[in-house]
Amino acid sequence: MNTKRKVIKIILYVLLICLSVIMLIPFYWMVISSLKLNKDVFSIPMRWWPETIHSENYKVIWEKLPLVTFFKNTAKLTVITTIVQLCTSCFAAYGFTKCKFVGRDTIFLLYVTTIAVPWQVYMVPQFILVSKMGLNDTHIGLILMQAFSAFGVFLMRQFYISIPDELCEAARIDGLNEFGIFCKIVFPLGKPAMATLTIFTFTNVWNDFMGPLIYLKTKELKTVQLGIRMFISQYGADYAWIMAASVCSLVPIVIVFLSCQKFFVEGVAASGIKG
Amino acid sequence: MSNGKTSFLTSEQKRKIRNNITGYAFILPNLIGYTIFVFIPVIFSFVLSVMSWDGSKRPMQFVGLANFVEIFGDKVFRGTLSHTITYALMTVLPTLVLALLLAVLLNNKLKGVAIFRTAFYFPYIASIVAVGAVWNMLFQPDYGPVNEILKWIGIDNPPRWVVDKNWAMVAVSIVSIWKYMGYYMIVYLAALQGISNSLYEAASIDGANGWQKLWHITVPMLTPTTFFVMIMLTIQCFKVFDLVYIMTGGGPGNATKTLVNYIYEKAFTSWEFGPASAGAIVLFAIVLVITLIQFSGEKKWFKDL
Repeated sequence: MNTKRKVIKIILYVLLICLSVIMLIPFYWMVISSLKLNKDVFSIPMRWWPETIHSENYKVIWEKLPLVTFFKNTAKLTVITTIVQLCTSCFAAYGFTKCKFVGRDTIFLLYVTTIAVPWQVYMVPQFILVSKMGLNDTHIGLILMQAFSAFGVFLMRQFYISIPDELCEAARIDGLNEFGIFCKIVFPLGKPAMATLTIFTFTNVWNDFMGPLIYLKTKELKTVQLGIRMFISQYGADYAWIMAASVCSLVPIVIVFLSCQKFFVEGVAASGIKG
Repeated sequence: MSNGKTSFLTSEQKRKIRNNITGYAFILPNLIGYTIFVFIPVIFSFVLSVMSWDGSKRPMQFVGLANFVEIFGDKVFRGTLSHTITYALMTVLPTLVLALLLAVLLNNKLKGVAIFRTAFYFPYIASIVAVGAVWNMLFQPDYGPVNEILKWIGIDNPPRWVVDKNWAMVAVSIVSIWKYMGYYMIVYLAALQGISNSLYEAASIDGANGWQKLWHITVPMLTPTTFFVMIMLTIQCFKVFDLVYIMTGGGPGNATKTLVNYIYEKAFTSWEFGPASAGAIVLFAIVLVITLIQFSGEKKWFKDL
């Protein structure tokens, strides 16, 4: 029995290791190719490690691409969108759970219905609207269009529901007003859900491609994803450079991912439960 | 509380008014933004779908269902529908099965499980631009690693992937499966944790082996999750844009052009907002039908539970 269990364990490990290697090979190939000469990327026979390391590729793309500007733009969009979304979602969730007012349930029902409408359905009229406001090709336009989400309100509301009303009632008797109750009690308690929402919005905005593709035309305003895409279409055959640029675009998200992994995983579980 | 001597409102009415004001104060920041940037555009997309407009100063014109007649008469549009459906058919089931298998493997109490979980989940958080670039090179038909490996295992004429109109969508689909299965694996893992251990213990006492437990306990217990994952995946497939845009640009020819690619091109390269919105309404109708199926399914599962 014991040896049988050991054998199963070993088989499991071998299987898991093989599978993870297969999953990660594209990233490995990306990194080694970024350290080769352009002409050596597709050498035959295939080489799984570079003979000499050409790290100067990274210097080249740093000179050819305004990467710093792209990173700054992306960081700005990501941070502002995330903050606006967090604040407005928490406020609204408090209103929907802890306050009683006329039309509350009707309004919330409207939110829930639109959660199922894909962005792609209304992206065209949304673009027209933002353009009419004169915000086409600006960061503000892009921030505003994705900062207000029903998903955020929904997620926070689910969490706030689990906070007992007696807690708020007790604070009310102690003389705190609604804003005080929100700031001092509900908001701090909602931190786990906020972490989930932060990670969710952060990755979405950082990796977003279609939004910036539609809204941003000026080179100086473009995001990392858009910039890398522009670089790929310009230097289509300079494979090593393209791979170096791709590696650069992945570094920040990898760092964030590895340092807050727990929240990523919990976030998926939380958004999965909504179904 | 005041005794209401000078006021013509009772304190009860006053309290109600105050409650309304506070309630609205809390939801208003989100509600205003959401109304302007989501509610109004959603309604407007229905209006646009029956209008003819190019976005210029010229006023829009009501054309009835002409836009729908136009797009359904368009070979390209009908093509995008069939490509999108093909893509969904090729992607949904493999992603679901692989995600479930990975989750079952990872649900064992092994040391280092977190590392494997990270490895499987990683493609999901990597940006589509970088991922698309690397896969395009891996799929390079003449010297790419994928075809080198296929030749090495004895396939003399490996597919030409993204440059072959019959294989391009398969390539996109493979990348999609690779990228998204880690996400659904986590969804499954969460569900697996919810299955009570006593079921497995009872089965062990009855002499069930590992496969039997998987097939007769795990899979049936996961049915609601599987249903949910299938719905989510299908909707996601119908919304596909980035991966196709980056890997094939809709080509070769129009072989991989999907519904959202069509909407995008109609709206933002030829500025025909009418047909673009009609396409968007078709997407909406498809997603609506899938969502309604989800609702009826959920009712069924929750009644059963």
